[in-house]
Amino acid sequence: MLDDFFIRALFAGIGVALVTGPLGCFVVWRRLSYFGDTLAHSALLGVTLAYSLEFNIALSVFIISALIALILINLQKRTNLPGDALLGLLAHSSLAVGLVVIGFLSFIRFDVMGLLFGDILAVNVNDIIIIWIGGAIILLVLKFIWKSLFASTVNYELAEAEGLDPDKAKAIFTILMAAIIAISIKMVGLLLITGMLIIPAAMARNISNSPQQMVLFSVIGGLLSVIIGLFTSLEFNTASGPSIIAASLFLFILSLLKIKQSIKLKN
Amino acid sequence: MGLENKILVKLKSAGFRLNDKWLVQGVSLQVEKGKIVTLIGPNGSGKSTTAKIALGIYKKIDGEVEKYTNKIGYVPQKISIDWTLPLRVKDFMSLTENLEDKTINEALSLTGVIHLKDKNLGDLSGGEFQRVLLSRAISKKPELLVLDEPVQGVDFTGEIALYELIKKISEDLNCGILLISHDLHTVMSATDHVVCLNGHVCCSGSPIDVAKNREYKALFGEQASQTLSIYEHKHDHIHTSEGKIKKN
Repeated sequence: MLDDFFIRALFAGIGVALVTGPLGCFVVWRRLSYFGDTLAHSALLGVTLAYSLEFNIALSVFIISALIALILINLQKRTNLPGDALLGLLAHSSLAVGLVVIGFLSFIRFDVMGLLFGDILAVNVNDIIIIWIGGAIILLVLKFIWKSLFASTVNYELAEAEGLDPDKAKAIFTILMAAIIAISIKMVGLLLITGMLIIPAAMARNISNSPQQMVLFSVIGGLLSVIIGLFTSLEFNTASGPSIIAASLFLFILSLLKIKQSIKLKN
Repeated sequence: MGLENKILVKLKSAGFRLNDKWLVQGVSLQVEKGKIVTLIGPNGSGKSTTAKIALGIYKKIDGEVEKYTNKIGYVPQKISIDWTLPLRVKDFMSLTENLEDKTINEALSLTGVIHLKDKNLGDLSGGEFQRVLLSRAISKKPELLVLDEPVQGVDFTGEIALYELIKKISEDLNCGILLISHDLHTVMSATDHVVCLNGHVCCSGSPIDVAKNREYKALFGEQASQTLSIYEHKHDHIHTSEGKIKKN
């Protein structure tokens, strides 16, 4: 029989994968991989603040990530620095500050590895509730802004000219990114969350020819990664985050074979 | 409906400045239902900028824009689509508004690209893509169409056919059209009102009036006002986009 903790991890992982699938497609389409990374790095600061103030972790991570996103948008307007430099600046400085704060919290036993790479044992019923309710809200909001967000991803001016609201959609999407990082941090760990967003979506891109199909395959890829990854993690006692990401890499490699095949067919 | 309702968009001495440089200023014009207004002018004269002001893409503007419709179809001059997106022609058609399959088919047939419906946008040629862009803009049956060089890259016979189509659409849908074009002779014949731009409005009026205007001649040369012989040229057959010949 499977242990309770494992069932909990499976539930949590499936909840996360259902949300990272569609969001990940937009991360790939809008080229936001490093943006996701930056938000994820800043999550460490959120976690440490949660511990020191005895605050809910997911909520604290969400607030810090959203704050970092706001600072980024502000810096983009005020400085002439290129976007990637600003992203690097925020990612590493927030990570560094987070680690420094951990040093001050010597009275708390800190599982830094679990924080960075995810830990199945850490998932409790509360986390599952946060993941499923938070995830449902994220998906609902995404559905609501889908038209504007997608149209402006294809072409900003077309969307703006024909009565949609790309700027609002972009701002809401940024908040959704902070939210997904907040709810999935225990599962995958902050260094690997972006992988969970990008790799299944990249896999899906290889085998799909319409946006809807890509979202569907991305969700399926995420679910398979979670299931395969967690079972491997249980079997070989490896950290859950890396196991899930490794499983998604495996699926990505399989999708490359499909490309090779279709190129052969064309010739 | 009163007279006011016939106006779809109205610019009142509108202008736009980018980094302290005026792209265009002092433009007043209005597009009414069922009328075609054409913007002409040399490169960099602010034609596309004027269109973007009318569409509300540029927000920090001088002067005023009054829009009386939200049903707008837009064909931008430059469009760069990111190919990280798997997007077929039919997905692109319902980009800003969900359309029925029948409506999509009709619109694609009008511009002669129905056979490209399931193709990936990235696989189209420049002219084919331009036809799809026009088709998408008209498919949602807009009240106002803004067409920024809608036939660029389209072959010559196709160009004439598309201009005829644009004229027909303005009559069928009774929509207003703001058209930007370089091809003076083909465009002017189908236009109700011409606005000649060069950073500001040089002259405006009916095509004949504008062609006679001194400033217009100064901008485009004496030759241009003579090419305004209205394009009357009939074939006994047309070429469909697959390269087949169809008798009229």
